[in-house]
Formats: sequence, structure tokens, C-alpha cells
Amino acid sequence: MKFETPAKTNPIDNLKVVGQPIHRIDGELKTTGRAMYAYEWHDPNMRYAYGYPLGSAIAKGRIKSMDVAAVQKSPGVLSVVTTLSVGDLGKGKLNTAKLFGGDKIEHYHQAIAVVVAETFEQARAAASLIQVDYQEESAAFDLAAAKGSAVKPKDAGGAPPDSAVGDFDGAFKSAAVSFDGTYTTPDQSHAMMEPHASIAAWDDDELTVWTSSQMIDWWRSDLAATLGMEKEKIHLMSPFIGGGFGGKLFLRSDAVLAALAAKAAGRPVKVALPRPFIANNTTHRPATIQRIRIGAQRDGKITAIGHESWSGDLPGGGLETAAMQTRLLYAGENRMTAMRLAELNLPEGNAMRAPGEAPGLMALEIAIDEMAEKLGIDPIEFRIVNDTQVDPENPERPFSHRNLIGCLKLGAERFGWSERKQPGLRREGNWLVGLGVAAGFRNNLVMPSGARVRLAGDGVVTVETDMTDIGTGSYTIIAQTAAEMMGVTVEKVGVHLGDSRFPVSAGSGGQFGANSATSGVYAACIKLREAVAKKLGFNSNDVVFENGQVRSGNRSVALAEAAGSDGLVGEDTMEWGDLTDTHQQSTFSGHFVEVGVDAATGETRIRRMLAVCAAGRIINPITARSQVIGAMTMGAGLALSEELAVDTRHGFFVNHDLAGYEVPVHADIPHQDVIFMDETDPMSSPMKAKGIGELGLCGVSAAIANAIYNATGVRVRHYPITLDKVIGGLPEVA
Amino acid sequence: MRAFTYERAASVEAAAGAAASNPEAKFIAGGTNLLDLMKLEIETPSHLIDVNGLGLDRIEATPEGGLRIGALVRNTDLAAHETIRRDYGVLSRALVAGASGQLRNKATTAGNLMQRTRCPYFYDTNQPCNKRRPGSGCSALGGISRQLGVVGVSDACIATHPSDMAVAMRALDAAVETVKPDGTRRSIGMADFHRLPGDTPHIETELKSGEFITAVVLPPPIGGRHIYRKVRDRASYAFALVSIGAVIQPDGTGRISVGGVAHKPWRLDAADAELPKGAKAASAALLADARTTEQNKFKVDLVERTLGAVILEARG
Ligand SMILES: Cc1cc2nc3c(=O)[nH]c(=O)nc-3n(C[C@H](O)[C@H](O)[C@H](O)COP(=O)(O)OP(=O)(O)OC[C@H]3O[C@@H](n4cnc5c(N)ncnc54)[C@H](O)[C@@H]3O)c2cc1C
Ligand code: SF4
Repeated sequence: MKFETPAKTNPIDNLKVVGQPIHRIDGELKTTGRAMYAYEWHDPNMRYAYGYPLGSAIAKGRIKSMDVAAVQKSPGVLSVVTTLSVGDLGKGKLNTAKLFGGDKIEHYHQAIAVVVAETFEQARAAASLIQVDYQEESAAFDLAAAKGSAVKPKDAGGAPPDSAVGDFDGAFKSAAVSFDGTYTTPDQSHAMMEPHASIAAWDDDELTVWTSSQMIDWWRSDLAATLGMEKEKIHLMSPFIGGGFGGKLFLRSDAVLAALAAKAAGRPVKVALPRPFIANNTTHRPATIQRIRIGAQRDGKITAIGHESWSGDLPGGGLETAAMQTRLLYAGENRMTAMRLAELNLPEGNAMRAPGEAPGLMALEIAIDEMAEKLGIDPIEFRIVNDTQVDPENPERPFSHRNLIGCLKLGAERFGWSERKQPGLRREGNWLVGLGVAAGFRNNLVMPSGARVRLAGDGVVTVETDMTDIGTGSYTIIAQTAAEMMGVTVEKVGVHLGDSRFPVSAGSGGQFGANSATSGVYAACIKLREAVAKKLGFNSNDVVFENGQVRSGNRSVALAEAAGSDGLVGEDTMEWGDLTDTHQQSTFSGHFVEVGVDAATGETRIRRMLAVCAAGRIINPITARSQVIGAMTMGAGLALSEELAVDTRHGFFVNHDLAGYEVPVHADIPHQDVIFMDETDPMSSPMKAKGIGELGLCGVSAAIANAIYNATGVRVRHYPITLDKVIGGLPEVA
Repeated sequence: MRAFTYERAASVEAAAGAAASNPEAKFIAGGTNLLDLMKLEIETPSHLIDVNGLGLDRIEATPEGGLRIGALVRNTDLAAHETIRRDYGVLSRALVAGASGQLRNKATTAGNLMQRTRCPYFYDTNQPCNKRRPGSGCSALGGISRQLGVVGVSDACIATHPSDMAVAMRALDAAVETVKPDGTRRSIGMADFHRLPGDTPHIETELKSGEFITAVVLPPPIGGRHIYRKVRDRASYAFALVSIGAVIQPDGTGRISVGGVAHKPWRLDAADAELPKGAKAASAALLADARTTEQNKFKVDLVERTLGAVILEARG
């Protein structure tokens, strides 16, 4: 099915199941420990061996030699596979740095060996006995130092790296009020709960991999490319994923090492990346330096807006597209954006939740707050004055649906925005208290997505798709979609995900998963409905699927009966026309935060948070809310504590464990409120839904930064906003 | 983790003796620090002596009117003990400011004193570190040092001792009781128990090879306001950037012990003497010899400000 014209009324609009607050159908499996994550697969008939990886101790250079003699003598060791012994391997299309194979070292903790032993402990102990002789090369690790040598890359995630409309320079110079600020965001780690892990088993030349992947088909293709084998010979399974945040979008070394280790040992092998590898062996969100310039009339109307951003990556890598949202978020006749890429030899930078927008809004939404203050206008009013219903770089292109103003107004009312005082004026005991606001913005992407839906003789509907559930609730919303389409309750639907034998789906990323994958299920259900109608000899145009029955005119047949003993199947892929080109499809939010800053120590503690989100139809308010509060929590970490600390001498992230890389703990997160605007977007899909998982993160950190400013009068432009950046501006301790 | 042998000690003397006969042996109590370090091969004992079964898990009154805390008393139990909470509040508060509930259930009094630094380079065996590999150099100097020490540091090491409990014990003038392998017993004041790094940062305490901690003794209660203020980037489950354990009397005199700034809990008589004059004077005395890095110089200001807040709280 191709979605080419705006959705009309369709069975989803019945909202008997879709849109309802249904608890996740896999919740019980998870809370009782029966959901099997990658490393936990256990077949009693298999004799698993354990692989433990070794990472490079240098950031750039080559390996002259490796001595594994001591390893081979170590107790329990079955085999050792080194990056030299496997020779030159292929590289996945979506990987920047090679994952394994050859003597070249591109980054710290690059995998250089895997030791296989009878037990995990034996493998780990033996891995440390490998002697490596390196030849180190000089390299660049410091973004600030490399900024001058940054170049204009070919593309910025599929778009041009620069854009310009009107005369930005002239308008900025002549603006009645202008603002020019530079901001930085640090390298950030996905730091998901479940580390990357894989089990590989060979059967002759066929490979089965249980892994933790957001994108089954991407992994399968890139694993085939890396190992130089046919994709069809690989069977990949990833039914449960303990978080990914973009860190599991692309094939990682655990799967490659497990495959090679299993081949060498002649046994199925389990490999999990040790926690320190998450920072330096896998990908991270690259640091940015961003300059934002805004010019406006005294009434607050923006006349010039410019956003430049610099980030770094390995040779052949890509940008952190931090200026993208500035092309779309606010009106203004004269505009420019430019993104530049420096070559750095840190580990590979790549997508992390809301790539581009998350760090981009961390900067832009502070700048908007600063500009509003310069203008003497309330920051919400300033955003409203500069709202746009069309793509400001391309005014013939309207937004499909945009209610940022509604989010901000409703949020202001619910949060008590009118009680906000001037900076530094509200004190409660030891706390300086402040309120902050920011707009959230993230594009709604769509991806082709396939599914197969079976109707069995007992009336049970089963969905199969390689879609993944990375903790987001895919199982549940897919069940809801199938239930709505087939006129049954959720209890009558089984969902099987994350298996390469199933139709290729959108996968989980870019907040395209929920809308795209449920649309794929919609398409497959349309096929199944046609098959049911055809079998019953019904005219498929007037068939109603309701309460487990199929009805046409005055005839009504139980679904189970219609299926018959052979059952029926519908399979299809949702594809997309050009509605995303003709219309700008985006999601919007208003983030509101109240912080307390300790007047003596400068410690910031968040007191209240509210997100008001406009993201089309909300398929399930419970799972959507979980996405948003999780994202708000991530935004709190990015604002206040998360930073991969770069050793600019040796080129690695030093705080490579969860003690050093501080994500929020429960005590950091106060009451969180989420409100969804009651809306649909018929341009987006037959579901009329849009993405929500990344929107929840976009803008949160800036709202916190703005609240800290309101509390203290101290403006911090460099994340994370730790107390050392604040205390210099706090009042004397009496 | 290297393979190791394991035994359960039958008595305090046997434990000390076993440790002395094998220089590569280590005591294991709660294991919350030692096992992590063994997994990373920062500690590589060939033999573990489990000291959990020695009956050292009691808290008893001393004839002098103080308390004797057995070396194996868990942090949770110590923090919750009625007399500790009533008469030694700074200790109870310091304990609950540390780690997490689960960890405190396992962590012991002796193990807490003996826990090792949280310097990030100490944890990465690819990197030079004088504490982990004597003579290899200090990566933190010129590297990432935001968390690290600002006073009593050396050219060889600027690490801090991470314990909250020890900071309070230093304020309380506690003493550590030990048994040496030859059976002799001694008591080491908290002032002397931890060492400054000097040229030998790998030697962290006064304990001799095989010497075993049996108890920590608290002198009789001294009254006053007991405050423990731990400053950190997140609200819980983080080591201190700076912490202050204070006992302040109604007349403004008192004791201050500072964590997160040195290789040991940092307390100076000269600073205690300045306390009645206020935070500026006392912290100037405490940090008179501070030697900071670009990344951690904020701690000087932070100590003074935190101390100011502590003094206000004591008055209030
Ligand atoms: C995630 C995490 C967070 C933490 N956060 C904090 C924090 O915020 N604040 C804080 O203060 N601490 C914190 N800790 C450290 C924690 O307090 C220590 O790990 C714990 O106190 C160690 O006690 P244990 O009994 O488990 O020691 P073990 O790990 O068993 O032993 C530690 C050392 O003590 C030696 N030892 C044990 N008993 C004796 C004895 N009787 N005589 C001589 N030597 C002995 C051992 O040989 C070993 O070298 C944290 C730990 C973790 C893992
Ligand atoms: S500060 Fe001490 S522990 Fe840290 S790297 Fe230097 S020597 Fe090692």
C-alpha cells in the first residue's frame, strides 16, 4: 500500500482499542523476568561458550604484533580470534569505523580480539593476557582545537549542510535588537541499561544471531557485508531490547565477534560488551559548538536568524546536524544555517535520540530565552510572535499540522507560568527557585514498513514483523492496531517482533517506529480483511469488523469461522508518497521546568516538569507518556550531569562507566506531567499519528538551563550545567 | 579477574596469619569494592580470606562511655543504630549519604575505610597510574581531574579517598583497632590511619602487611550539632565533589572534616580553631596549601561556601 493522499475516515478512527490506555502486553513478561534479552537465550541442548573482547589501548595507529601464547595456555580457553588473525574484514554500509579485522586502529577500545572459553570468567581472565605491540600515530581529539580546520561536508543527513534565505548579514546588522551567543554541548553516551550483546551459532554455512538491535534488516545486511557472506544465510533475532537510544541502530562489534568466535570454537558463543566499551567501542552523540545570531524588531518579530554548528567525527563520518531545526522552527525573512565537520579520532559519532534536534535545541532554546529578555518580552510571547505555519525557507510548503502555540499556552496555564519572577528574586530557604520554558520540535519521519497478519481458526490474530520494541511499547501498539482493524480485543492478538524471518519493517529509530510500523500493520490488515471478505463472498467495501464478527449488510459471521481451519493471511508493506515533501511534517511541544538551585553550593535539583506535546494521534496514552517522561529524564541528565570527558592527549572518553558518566537517578527526577494535545494529522499516515519518542527530549535541557538562569541570574551556555559553572555568580553565603 | 583460592578464616588471628603468609592474599568483607577491582584486574589477589564469619558484627559500649564498632558491622546497621543516631549523628548521616541501600547492606565498616580511590584513570588499566602501577606516572595530572584532590596532593598522585563514613569518623576522632599477624594489637587514630600520597600513592594506610582491622572505636559523645553535607552533581548515588562532616557547639567552636579534597579525610587543628570566626577563616586555614588543577579549582570556593551553609545550619 502506498500512502499518497491524506487519510480519510478509516477503521482506526473507531478508537475502540487504538488511543486507549492499554498497559503493555509484554509488561508481565518483563516484570517477572521472563522476557529473554539477547545474552539470556538459553537452549539446554546447546553448549554455549563465552567470548570476551579486548579493546585497543591506543586511539590511532596500527598493531605491529599480538602475542596470544599465554592465552592459549590459560584454563578453559577454546580459541582466540584476533583482528590480525582474521585479516581484512568488510565494513557495514552504515558503519564509519571498521568493527574488526586488520591492523589499523581508528579509535580507543576498538575491538582487537575475542577470547573464547568454557566460562565467562575464564574468557575474561585470558583476554587480559594478550600482549599487543602498537605503533601509535598522532591524532586530533579536541573539537575546539580542530574547529578551524572543519570543512563543509557533502551532506547533512540527507539535506544540504548550508541554507540561506534573504540577506542574513544585512538584516542582522541593521536589526533594532540583536543577539549573538556561542554554546557548547559535550559528547554524550546512550548509556542504555542493556549493553550490546550477541549469541552466534553456526549450522554449516548458516548463521543464527540472537542480539540486541533496533534495526534487524540493517544489522543483517551489515553483518553479511562485514563477514563477506550472503545476507540470506543470516538469521537475526532481537525480540527484547533493554534500551538503545540510537546506540543499537547500526551493527556493532558484539555480533561480529560472536560470529567469528563461534566459527573458531565450533560452538555457539555469547559475547556481551563490557560496560567500559559502551563509551569507547560503540557510538556516541558528538559534541557541538554552536553560534546563534538573532535580530529582531522592537516588537519581537525576528528579522534575521542564523545558526552555525561545528562537530567532529572520524574520517568518513558525518555531522551532528544541530542547526537543522532552525530552518523550520521560527519565522524570519533573512536566515542562514551552516554546519561544519572536523576530523577527530575519537570513537565513532553517530545518532543518539533526536540526533540534531536534541543538541540543536539545547542551544537554540537558550538563545531564544536570552533574546526575549533583551527585547523585554515574555519568552512564550516571543515564540508565539514568531510562530510560522509554513516552512520559512520555502513558504509554499505548509506544515501539515502545527500547534506549537497551543502547547505553549496550555502549558503556561497549567504550570503557573505567570508566577515567574525576575531572575534571582525567588528564594525559599536555601533554594533559589526559577521557572524555565523551551519549545520542543522534532520532525516526523516515515519509513517503509512491512507486516504479515494471520487469522487462525480460533479467531486469534497474529502479527509478524521485524519491528523492534526497544522498551517503547511496540508490542502493545501493534496489537492495538491489529485489534482495531480486525474488530477484536487486544487479548485476541499475538505479536511477534524482531526476527529476520518476518517482513522488513521501519525498525526503531528517528521516532519513525510507532507511526510507520503500525501503518505497515494497517496495510497488512487491509489485505487480511480483503481475504476474509473474499472468502465469505462479501463486498469488501461495506464489510464491518466488530466484536469478533465480520458483518456485511444483514449477514454476520464469526471471525474464527471465516478463517476456517487453514486460516488466512494478509501481508503488505506501507510505502510513502510525497506528502512529506509537499508538507512539512513535524511534532511540537512546550517544556516547562521549575528548579531549585542551592544558594550555597550551586547544586541544581529539578522540582517540577511539564511537557505538552502535539504529535498527532496518540496511539496509546500510557506508552506514549512513558516515552515522554523517559525522554524528559534523559533531558535532565543532558542538562545537568551527562558528559563524556575527553582526554585530549590520549583520545578517549575517560569516564567510561556508570559511576563516571552520571545519568539521572530516581532522586533527581521529581513529579513529571505530560499532556497530549487532542489532535490528528491525516497527512502523516492512516494512523494519523506522528512520532513522540524523541520529541519528549527536544527542548527539555534548554528549559532546565533557562530555569537555572531564572533562579540565579547566572547564564550558563556550556552543558552540562554543573555547579562549578554556577557558583561564581551566586550570592555570598551570609 | 584472575583465578584465586578462597578460605573462610576461623579467627581474627588466623585471618591475619593467613594474610601474612601470602603477600598476594586479601581479606574480603562485603566485597563491594574488592570484587569490582578484581574484575577489572586492578586488584589481583591470588587468595581471598573471607572474614565475614568472625563475629565482628557487633556494636558495644566501651567502659570510657564510647562505642566499639565491629569491623564487619554493615553500613546500614551502623547508620540505623540508635546510639549512633542519637549521639554521633554526623556518622549516621555520612553513611546514608553514601552509595545505595543495596550496597550499604553489604558494605562493612573496615571495607569502607579501606575502599580505594575513584580516580577514573585508576580504573583503566591501559593508562599510567602511580597508584595502580607504581612508577608508571599519573594520568590525571594534565588530564581529567575535576573530581580529584586539591590539598595534600603530590606530583605522583592527586587522588581522593572516596569514603563518606571516614570523613565523619575523622570529625569524631575515632580510632581504628587492629591485629597484626604476630598477634599484637594496636590502635591507630583516624588522623593517622590514611596517608597522603607523597611518592608512594599505592600505600594508602598505616596498616602493615597482613594487619587486620577488628573495630573502630568512637570516644564518648561530645554533643553539639552534627551535620554532614555532601555536595554532588546528582542527588544520590554519586561520590562527593566536596563533603563536610561537622560537629558544632552552641558557642560556635567545633570540628570540621572535609571529604572529596584529599587522599584522606581533611581536618586541621588550625582550621578548627578558626571556626568561630566563620567559614572564610576556617576554609582558608583548611586549604592554605591547596594545589589545584584548572578543572578542580572550583573546590576551593565550594568548600568555603558549603562550610558557610553548614555553619548557618548549625546556628539555625
Ligand atoms: C556503585 C558504588 C557507589 C558507591 N558510593 C559510595 C559513596 O557514595 N560513598 C562512599 O563512602 N562509598 C561508596 N561506595 C563504596 C562503598 O562504601 C565500599 O565499596 C564499601 O564500603 C566497601 O566495603 P566492603 O565491606 O564491601 O569491602 P570489600 O570490598 O570487601 O573490601 C574492601 C577492601 O577492604 C579490605 N578489608 C576488608 N575488611 C578488612 C579488615 N577487617 N581488615 C583489613 N582490611 C579489610 C579488603 O581487603 C579490600 O581491600 C560505593 C560503591 C559502589 C560499588
Ligand atoms: S591521581 Fe593517583 S590514582 Fe589518579 S592517575 Fe594519578 S596516580 Fe593514579
